Amino acid sequence: MELFTEGDPIADTKAPAGPIEKRWETRRFEAKLVNPANRRKMTVIVVGTGLAGGSAAATLAEQGYHVKSYCYQDSPRRAHSIAAQGGINAAKNYRNDGDSVHRLFYDTVKGGDFRSRESNVHRLAEVSVNIIDQCVAQGVPFAREYGGLLDTRSFGGAQVQRTFYARGQTGQQLLLGAYQALERQIGLGNVEMNARHEMLELVIVDGKARGIVVRDLVTGEISTEMADAVVLASGGYGNVFYLSTNAKGCNVTATWRAHRKGAYFANPCYTQIHPTCIPVSGDHQSKLTLMSESLRNDGRVWVPKNKGDDRNPRDIPEDERDYYLERIYPSFGNLVPRDIASRAAKNVCDEGRGVGPTKLGVYLDFADAIDRLGRKAIEAKYGNLFEMYERITGEDPYEVPMRIYPAVHYTMGGLWVDYDLQSSIPGLFVIGEANFSDHGANRLGASALMQGLADGYFVLPTTIANYLASGPLDKVDASHPAAVEARTDVEDRIQRLLAVNGDRTVDSFHRELGQIMWEHCGMERSEAGLRKAIGEIRDLRDAFWQRVKVSGTGEELNQSLEKAGRVADFFELAELMCIDALHREESCGGHFRAEHQTPDGEAQRDDEKFAYVAAWEFTATGEPSVLHKEDLKFEYVHPTQRSYK
Amino acid sequence: MNLTLRIWRQKGPEDKGRMVTYPVNDVSPDMSFLEMLDVLNERLILDGEDPVAFDHDCREGICGMCGLMINGDAHGPQRGTTACQLHMRQFTDGETIDIEPWRASAFPVIKDLVVNRGAFDKIIAAGGYITAPTGSAPEAHSTPVAKANADAAFESAACIGCGACVAACPNGSGMLFTAAKLTQLSLLPQGQPERYTRVIGMVDAHDEAGFGGCTNAGECTVVCPKGIPLNTIGRLNRDYLAATTKGAGNTPGS
Amino acid sequence: MTKTRSPIRSNVGLKAVMAVTGILLVLFLIAHMLGNLKVFTGETSFDHYAHWLRDIGKPLLPGVWFLWILRTVLVVAVVAHIWAATVLALRARAARPVKYAHRKKVRGSYAARTMRWGGVIILLFVIYHLLDLTTGTLNPVGTEGKPYGNVVADFAPERWYVTLFYTLAIVTLGFHLRHGAFSAFRSLGQQTPRGERRARNAALVFAVVLCAGYLVVPFAVLTGLVS
Repeated sequence: MELFTEGDPIADTKAPAGPIEKRWETRRFEAKLVNPANRRKMTVIVVGTGLAGGSAAATLAEQGYHVKSYCYQDSPRRAHSIAAQGGINAAKNYRNDGDSVHRLFYDTVKGGDFRSRESNVHRLAEVSVNIIDQCVAQGVPFAREYGGLLDTRSFGGAQVQRTFYARGQTGQQLLLGAYQALERQIGLGNVEMNARHEMLELVIVDGKARGIVVRDLVTGEISTEMADAVVLASGGYGNVFYLSTNAKGCNVTATWRAHRKGAYFANPCYTQIHPTCIPVSGDHQSKLTLMSESLRNDGRVWVPKNKGDDRNPRDIPEDERDYYLERIYPSFGNLVPRDIASRAAKNVCDEGRGVGPTKLGVYLDFADAIDRLGRKAIEAKYGNLFEMYERITGEDPYEVPMRIYPAVHYTMGGLWVDYDLQSSIPGLFVIGEANFSDHGANRLGASALMQGLADGYFVLPTTIANYLASGPLDKVDASHPAAVEARTDVEDRIQRLLAVNGDRTVDSFHRELGQIMWEHCGMERSEAGLRKAIGEIRDLRDAFWQRVKVSGTGEELNQSLEKAGRVADFFELAELMCIDALHREESCGGHFRAEHQTPDGEAQRDDEKFAYVAAWEFTATGEPSVLHKEDLKFEYVHPTQRSYK
Repeated sequence: MNLTLRIWRQKGPEDKGRMVTYPVNDVSPDMSFLEMLDVLNERLILDGEDPVAFDHDCREGICGMCGLMINGDAHGPQRGTTACQLHMRQFTDGETIDIEPWRASAFPVIKDLVVNRGAFDKIIAAGGYITAPTGSAPEAHSTPVAKANADAAFESAACIGCGACVAACPNGSGMLFTAAKLTQLSLLPQGQPERYTRVIGMVDAHDEAGFGGCTNAGECTVVCPKGIPLNTIGRLNRDYLAATTKGAGNTPGS
Repeated sequence: MTKTRSPIRSNVGLKAVMAVTGILLVLFLIAHMLGNLKVFTGETSFDHYAHWLRDIGKPLLPGVWFLWILRTVLVVAVVAHIWAATVLALRARAARPVKYAHRKKVRGSYAARTMRWGGVIILLFVIYHLLDLTTGTLNPVGTEGKPYGNVVADFAPERWYVTLFYTLAIVTLGFHLRHGAFSAFRSLGQQTPRGERRARNAALVFAVVLCAGYLVVPFAVLTGLVS
């Protein structure tokens, strides 16, 4: 059977023509407006309360819309944006080091390996400066210089210092800023907040997104919520790998349910693997912890030259160590971009030179830095990270080199959206990590926070007005046949999951799925591996529906039922990811195909054939998806081969 | 290692609840505390029993969702560490470990170890913000902030809202949480216009939620995974007294 | 924001009441201790001092008015202190309706955890103390106008249990003050880490000095230094 069929190409019809720096301004002017008196009568549903969803819900409420907000956590403040450490980029050029909107735009397009849309990225760079102003006004405690002005640093190999930060907790501080703005609107009665609620289905009426079906995770009650537009800000799908740096609850269900209802899913195979995570310690491992990338500024990465060298790292003499990043990439050394550092670590481990009990790890050694700068200086810079490492591993990184290994961190793919951030379903908007957006095939460090807030604070509130102004939409309520059908589907699915009553836990399936994905659709993919994976995923999915055991009932707080629903959707997504990875016969950014590399092992893009966004249309369960291509044109940044030698 | 767990089981808000004993064997010292509970739960599910419900999400100590009373210590024996970052090497083979939910009337138990901390959100909604609607912000560098104030504001802003302070407080008080947010905002120039209305709103919301009063016992700051200092409560007291004694007409920001 | 109740009944307001009334009582304790120490100046001097207390304010105020004004202020302070403490204690109890099964040893300050029972002990002692040395009801001698004799009779070696009770009460008071004095500053807005260290140290020194000042009298009687 064919894995997919090819449909008509699609195009973004919303970005205005003309010079790139004028497009957003033009779009804002051309977008229709909603009269303030009418906004009160319009309801917008926002799913997710991270940087994108929280900022969007707050902003829409400030503008006067009635907002219904949903999150699965116990409070909107817990969304996983909170875990972002490094910082947020903005083209403020406070350092006078040559930064500009155009340079941030250029760096982002290039960093994304020329697989993103120029118009979107330029808008992101333009809006970046407003984000910093907004967050400072909210009281976000960014790091400051002695003069009282904002401090910035260079991040992820950028040549300018454009990254604003709040120690290692930038995501937390930005999220709390958005959360507080959201709470203010909740207090004023403009936002109806529904924490511990999970979206399980999208309601489409007359071709337009008009509502969602949610489950109250405390009581198990299923309800249908209707609105004039639906915004998904439900984050990425890294947890398809089971082990990732995502929070345990992160899932694809909201976007996958929308995909099944007709929203195209774009570039699902683009996943970012972060090189500096704490290695897996055993089968019990439930998640991976990121160690800030900044550690590579002073730490040196190495493995023993000889296979199976089990000596204590301190006993291995210099000439028997391989500082492989410094050897292969002399000009960037330990600071090569994430995808390159990750794959290099995988390669040395594949050669049998990995370290630690599982042999899946490399050393990140601070001995030289401690000699050079003194222990005090290292403590001041990285003290909290070293403590965290010691808490988790029980080893003291001042004495023994850290062990690190790559882990899934971010997903660049997501629901396809146009310049207005509207999906292929009218009235369904997708923002933040949930859309395929602005990062192309690879995201630069400190750009995720920027994109989430750009979408939520500035882009969506403008573009959604244009959609809402085309109304008024017909009044529909939860008794509409389409809504009833969606609700029945949800109830049936829950009953099916509970009825299997097999002999394996949800987690055991999830772990196995994760292993398949990590092995074949992780840092390096090959045709044979992907084909094998697709078969294994299908078998495992069938086994899941025959053997899974979910305890309890649907009418209570039931965490194993929650997980079961999410894992069921991950199976379907996993298959699509593999198909996408299989069809993309090139290597670019976070997608590395073993068959497509330069003679010295670097990623080889194929701009002739693959300079497009792969937007997948769902047909039916088990049926081939339809591929729609959106051609990418590069008028301002010309594709070049990335090189870090 | 082998352990005996005594865990609070409570089917729902109406159930009375009780401690139930579970043996757990072959625990690796490299496991996190929550991973050890995962192992127990997988076994319970396969045995057809109801797994232990507990809140958790990021498992890297920042989201604030996890919160367990472990042997009477909020988040367990290791200081500056959330339950999700606590590892089993902190315990010894053969040990009996008591696991209970946060106990406070403002945090009613939903099920087993899961509690409702919505009262914290209400405190924030009652003033824990700076009113700055999107788009209205001036250029970021138009208001410099002394580095010492910015650093102190950050220290308070590090609060993760986990509720350990309430759980450990002999009075069930939420003052450390309230004071942390208040201190952050009242140290910044942007926070001044609402400084006095904010403190009244937040303290009222705190009291209405049913939290007890602070008696400066200091248990909260000991268990706080982010080490929020106790003196933030002094700032709250000062701002509150200033806001309420100056008379409504004179209260700045009223 | 609308105010939902009187600020004085808020948790912060009640603590301020406790702090202000506590400070008034502490001022009295200092004066009382200094007066006690006059016992070392001999019987005549001590009794004379006691009489003088009744005459303060003369001739501006008639008779024992000053004493009664002082007593009124103290009673109001004690009542307000206990009222605020009771409201806070009831709220604390309501704030944790279900107790922990595993109760941990105190991680914060021992003194802080014993404030409430300490306060009750101190109150009982004060009642006894008034019946003993003010009204003389429970004093073995109870001669009005002869406090020196009353004190000496009170702490006589064969009445060791009185001395023991007195000592326990004073030590309890010391603990109460050790936390209370610091806590008063904090409740009234002390907010810097350095100030906190200073306030804690000052409270400790103050509590020790006050304890010593009060205990030296009964032990002097017990050892025969004062007779």
